[in-house]
Amino acid sequence: MRRFRCVAMLALALGAVSACASTQLLATTLLPTTLLPTGDLPSNLRGEGPAETIDWLRVLTLRDYNTRIVVLGTTLLGLGAGVVGSFTLLRKRALLGDALSHATLPGIALAFLIANALGSDGKHLPVLLLGAAVSGVVGVGAILAIRRLTKLKEDAALGIVLSVFFGAGVALLGLVQQSASGNAAGLESFIYGKTASLLASDALMIGVAALLCLAVATALSKELRLLCFDATYAAALGYPIGLLDATLMGMVVIITILGLQAVGLVLMIALLVIPAAAARFWTESTNGVTLIAGGLGAASSLMGSLLSAALPRLPSGAMIVLVSTALFVLSATVGTRRGVLRRWGRRRRFERAIHVEHLLRAVYEIAEVAGAGAERLAVPIDRLLRVRSWSSERLRATIAHAQRESLVQRLTQGGVRLTERGSLEAERLTRQHRLWELYLITHADIAPARVDRRADAIEHVLEPETIARLERLLESRTTEAPPASPHALATGTSHGSKTPGAAP
Amino acid sequence: MVTKPADKDEALPLSVHDLTVAYHRRPVLWDVAFNVRPGRLVAIIGPNGAGKSTLIKAALDLTPRASGSVQVFGGTYRANRHRVGYVPQRESVDWDFPISAIEVVAMGLYREVGWFRRVGAKHRLKALEALDRVGIADLADRQISQLSGGQQQRAFLARALVQNADLYFMDEPFAAVDAATESAIVDLLGVMKQEGKTTLVVHHDLHTVPAYFDDVLLLNMRVVASGPVNEVFTQDNLQKTYGGRLTLLDEATQAVLRRERSL
Repeated sequence: MRRFRCVAMLALALGAVSACASTQLLATTLLPTTLLPTGDLPSNLRGEGPAETIDWLRVLTLRDYNTRIVVLGTTLLGLGAGVVGSFTLLRKRALLGDALSHATLPGIALAFLIANALGSDGKHLPVLLLGAAVSGVVGVGAILAIRRLTKLKEDAALGIVLSVFFGAGVALLGLVQQSASGNAAGLESFIYGKTASLLASDALMIGVAALLCLAVATALSKELRLLCFDATYAAALGYPIGLLDATLMGMVVIITILGLQAVGLVLMIALLVIPAAAARFWTESTNGVTLIAGGLGAASSLMGSLLSAALPRLPSGAMIVLVSTALFVLSATVGTRRGVLRRWGRRRRFERAIHVEHLLRAVYEIAEVAGAGAERLAVPIDRLLRVRSWSSERLRATIAHAQRESLVQRLTQGGVRLTERGSLEAERLTRQHRLWELYLITHADIAPARVDRRADAIEHVLEPETIARLERLLESRTTEAPPASPHALATGTSHGSKTPGAAP
Repeated sequence: MVTKPADKDEALPLSVHDLTVAYHRRPVLWDVAFNVRPGRLVAIIGPNGAGKSTLIKAALDLTPRASGSVQVFGGTYRANRHRVGYVPQRESVDWDFPISAIEVVAMGLYREVGWFRRVGAKHRLKALEALDRVGIADLADRQISQLSGGQQQRAFLARALVQNADLYFMDEPFAAVDAATESAIVDLLGVMKQEGKTTLVVHHDLHTVPAYFDDVLLLNMRVVASGPVNEVFTQDNLQKTYGGRLTLLDEATQAVLRRERSL
């Protein structure tokens, strides 16, 4: 929780920097608020002209005032999208954001047409975004209505609304192009995103609104966590579930609308989902997911918009998504909690432990049949090879592991002997194995000859509680030594096997 | 109760009158009426689909009521919410959720903590104490998917315990738990009874009803019988509860539904 507050403060600091910078900018230049400025951007920030030599240094050091503001704005947007996205993902409503962003397109086109008809400049960004917000919310409303009125499931409703609204938007854009009243170029940038067409004042607006969402998410983190985890319980406690859901959805609307310029409506869902999904590989806590998702979102937006600024032919939306996907793949691979490598490692360690357990029991049982004290008998490797179906490499590797854990000793004559610790452990394991075997025979009605394999499959994961229950059930609590094996033991000697002791 | 007139504090923990609940016009509960006396441990039993969970949800204002009323300590649930604790079914949440056991338990304290505020050290301690009462304080910081089914159930119980309520609703706390957890829950219910709490438990294992509970509510869409276990928990009543659902009523509803669909 303290970390969470730190991030909020960091975000506030970033916002303050961007606010100061852009006030200064506004004071000196008083930029016009048209969408595509023609004169005051360096050509490498505009999406036109030949891709001449890229001034990487200039871009990466943020020497241009506009680049600096735009990058700051989109970074804050990424931070906000990651944070808000983590909650929608946990609420299992991530795809609603996708429908929402696709549903904004007709609103953008309509807002442009209406504003033009009223005689003002249609490309005033706040007007376009207002149109986007209205039609986005209408789209989400349509999904909820379809789900309630028909008995269609959510995925069908999503698919219908998403494609219908997007199709209507594309058609309306065509109309806008034909009407040719005023400069309609640039509206397509909402589809794929183009940070280069952002003005400092737009970027400032994005930054401020993203900060607002961050502030709300921080203030309500406890309530949102409860909503996502157990909405029914939250309702029983008296929390206004509808209002909390509406707040969350409202944040998604704000973030999505703002992200249209930077990422584009087709790819906006990526910024809401990918960082949040990637964050899960690193942490097991809700605040951790929120925090890391925010960080990954910010990093993706930062790097993506820088790349797009340096390579003007590549839309920023695609670059941001590609960077965040790279971060996702990295997280899924090396993530410290749920990453594939980590899980693979855990699995390997578990398998290795099982092999060691098999080795200990095999040595113990061979000694038991021979009638000697288990820890005193040296067992030759080739005899061990014959009692289980393990390859000699596997056996050697297992012996090496057991040796490292000082459970067995390798003798110079080529045999293996249990250490004192190893023999205690072997006794415990053998007892556990046989209790389970007895249980299978007496309660699960399995033939003694087939029981060994089945017992093998489960005994390694038995918990102490279960062992205690087995003991009670089989009333063998008094004896600390393993009960006799219910079936003939394989001893690896040439003349077959024999059963030690009396059968139960 | 006999010597004192029933003032607000002496009001029955739960009093249900003529409660009817329907999903999509299909009745789930039909004219349900019963009272629960203070300090009693009550089992709610009945076959699948008998409306046991719905009864709890209707009492907690989680499901709209078609008719009837529910009184909690003589008032509405909304008014006396702070005196009621709830343990939902374990399967109702995603146990893969990134949250630790103690954070789940702390949710029971959110109303006490208040809007916008963070869970502080004082409340963490309370949550830890509750985890200790259910015997898994050592697992406080474990992510919940790494708990066994029984341990998850205990965490849910601890979350209700920290609410320090007077009336508890538990939806199948004994479902699919290990023996150790079952006996821990039984012990806990005993302690809660000693503390004067009233508890309603949706229960499935008929064998253990006489051993675990004081009263029993036999439910199958309507109340078949309710009262002390030794009076009501009879072969005859069980037959009425489990043998044959209300076939006539069922058929009538189905017919109505079929006609509606064809329209």
